[in-house]
Amino acid sequence: MKQNKALYFVPYTFWLILFVIAPILLIIYQSFFNIHDDFTLENYQTYFQSGTYLKMTLNSFWYAFLITLFTLLISYPTAYLLTKTKHKQLWLLLIILPTWINLLLKAYAFIGIFSMNGTANQFLSFMGIAPQQILFTDASFLFVATYIEIPFMILPIYNALEELNPSLISASYDLGANSWQTFRRVVFPLSLTGVKSGVQAVFIPSLSLFMLTRLIGGNRVITLGTAIEQHFLVTENWGMGSTIGVFLIIAMVLTMLLTGEKKKKGAIR
Amino acid sequence: MTGNAIIEFNHVKKQYDDNVILKDIDLEIERGKFYTLLGPSGCGKTTILNLVAGFTEATEGTITLNGKKVNDIPPNQRTVNTVFQDYALFPHMNVFENVAFGLRIKKMNKNVIKEKVAEVLKMVQLSGYEERGISEMSGGQRQRVAIARALVNEPDVLLLDEPLSALDLKLRTDMQYELRELQQRLGITFIFVTHDQEEALAMSDIIFVMKEGEIVQSGTPVDIYDEPINRYVADFIGESNIVKGTMIQDYEVSFVGHTFECVDAGMRPNEKVEVVLRPEDLVLTSVEKGKLTVQVDTQLFRGVHYEIIGYDRDGNEWMVHSTKKAKVGSEVGLYFEPEDIHVMRFGESEQEFDARLESYEEE
Ligand SMILES: Nc1ncnc2c1ncn2[C@@H]1O[C@H](COP(=O)(O)OP(=O)(O)OP(=O)(O)O)[C@@H](O)[C@H]1O
Ligand SMILES: [Mg+2]
Repeated sequence: MKQNKALYFVPYTFWLILFVIAPILLIIYQSFFNIHDDFTLENYQTYFQSGTYLKMTLNSFWYAFLITLFTLLISYPTAYLLTKTKHKQLWLLLIILPTWINLLLKAYAFIGIFSMNGTANQFLSFMGIAPQQILFTDASFLFVATYIEIPFMILPIYNALEELNPSLISASYDLGANSWQTFRRVVFPLSLTGVKSGVQAVFIPSLSLFMLTRLIGGNRVITLGTAIEQHFLVTENWGMGSTIGVFLIIAMVLTMLLTGEKKKKGAIR
Repeated sequence: MTGNAIIEFNHVKKQYDDNVILKDIDLEIERGKFYTLLGPSGCGKTTILNLVAGFTEATEGTITLNGKKVNDIPPNQRTVNTVFQDYALFPHMNVFENVAFGLRIKKMNKNVIKEKVAEVLKMVQLSGYEERGISEMSGGQRQRVAIARALVNEPDVLLLDEPLSALDLKLRTDMQYELRELQQRLGITFIFVTHDQEEALAMSDIIFVMKEGEIVQSGTPVDIYDEPINRYVADFIGESNIVKGTMIQDYEVSFVGHTFECVDAGMRPNEKVEVVLRPEDLVLTSVEKGKLTVQVDTQLFRGVHYEIIGYDRDGNEWMVHSTKKAKVGSEVGLYFEPEDIHVMRFGESEQEFDARLESYEEE
């Protein structure tokens, strides 16, 4: 019986080894070789000594933080309203729908919208404002990245709010709390699990966004993702690219640990 | 009305869309008593509590609390607290924080909060459990936390929505005693909801028996048990033998082919009625001494008594609770006193019923 059950995990274990563990090991291995294929710690030295890489790392964190923050600010109220609407399923579908469309397609659509004679500028001139450079700005990068990440934030928050037992809210009112106190003391703390999963789902991928940095940000925003892409495809310094990759993985693990479920005493799951 | 009324419902009606849930409810709750709303699932018990607490609004009619109309007052401004059916304890807070919730909202001094919480936890015998998480508490303990959380706010009225239904029998009986004792000690008005008639009889000062959005009968447990207004109440409260009969004249009723002396009056001569005889009022005796003769069909041992089912010659079923054993298949006599007979009229309202009782009890 036990043997049989273990059998079911074989495909997954295989997948895990082949596409998760092996690549990570390879990256770590690669990171110890410089461009002349010598085994060395040179790449790590470069990472810490040349300010560019550290700045890049900070930059990545900063943008990922901004994207996550904006996404959260938009998604929380949306998810909250969503739990109160009729036809929840329909609205939810509309929110999920864009995630089924390829990221590149969406990026190109935004290039069209934000270009000098695109829809956004047409609207501005209609309002009597001269055309602006929208594309290739920090703002447009943040806007598009936020747009893309929103569904991944809304869903877990929505689920957490939906799971909330409505009699807890009644109980809060019953004990004298007004709507704001009820939200702050009961609804919000109990939806934090959803917020955490949402932050994970948005922050970690945002650390390594590189397609958007190029297409929408016009390479004005350099993140770890952009740097890795450059090293592997342009300068062909695989060792340095891998080293940055190692730091990216470390950053991801740290984020996971920070936002992860801490076993809270007495919390009902 | 009377100065002691703390809650009054005046022609209160509640409907969701076209669904009438409560039809014209009139009730008066007096300060310091233990009230029970008793009725089958879906009859509107929770709806009444929700109206008192303020979670729903009445479609028509007025609700007063402490003499003030509260129809438009939100729940957080009513001096009423609720123990919810599922307790609704906050899972992200420990026992102390759950109980302190209402006091924190009132921005009370920290030391005062500590004192009050400790005091109320002691009252429900949960001292020392302050730091426990809710998931680490048993069902009975959770229920007591819920009671403590409500009581610490010193409400005028405590609403309890089937708080015992999730507990096992033993714990439930214990909690019935504890709750009753607590209510008497504190003198707070309790409105307790249950669909368990034994629970209602054991705990209440006054019971409201409900059916499909109406209060069918209200009164003390003894009144309701001894003088059910109709077949529905008689059936719902306790076991009963109900047979068709005719009121020959005042104090004389005929059923199963005999005429018996009784203590009921105030009906038309020869009016068709229903007669209730409680199983524990029927005494097993010899056929000669009995007022009725039945053939014993089945007999079950129930611990305190035997539950005997027999049939008379007309085929009516009679249930008898007796400490004496009978022999299955044998004929036995059943003896009862005139006051054991309770006569019910068809379609009599509670007002008519009360008026009739008064009219002949005064004589
Ligand atoms: N929000 C609502 N919308 C529509 N109908 C409702 C709503 N709340 C309750 N009802 C209906 O009102 C009726 C009475 O409900 P209520 O909860 O008062 O019953 P109850 O006597 O407490 O039953 P139970 O013993 O099962 O708890 C039910 O038929 C229920 O379907
Ligand atoms: Mg109910």
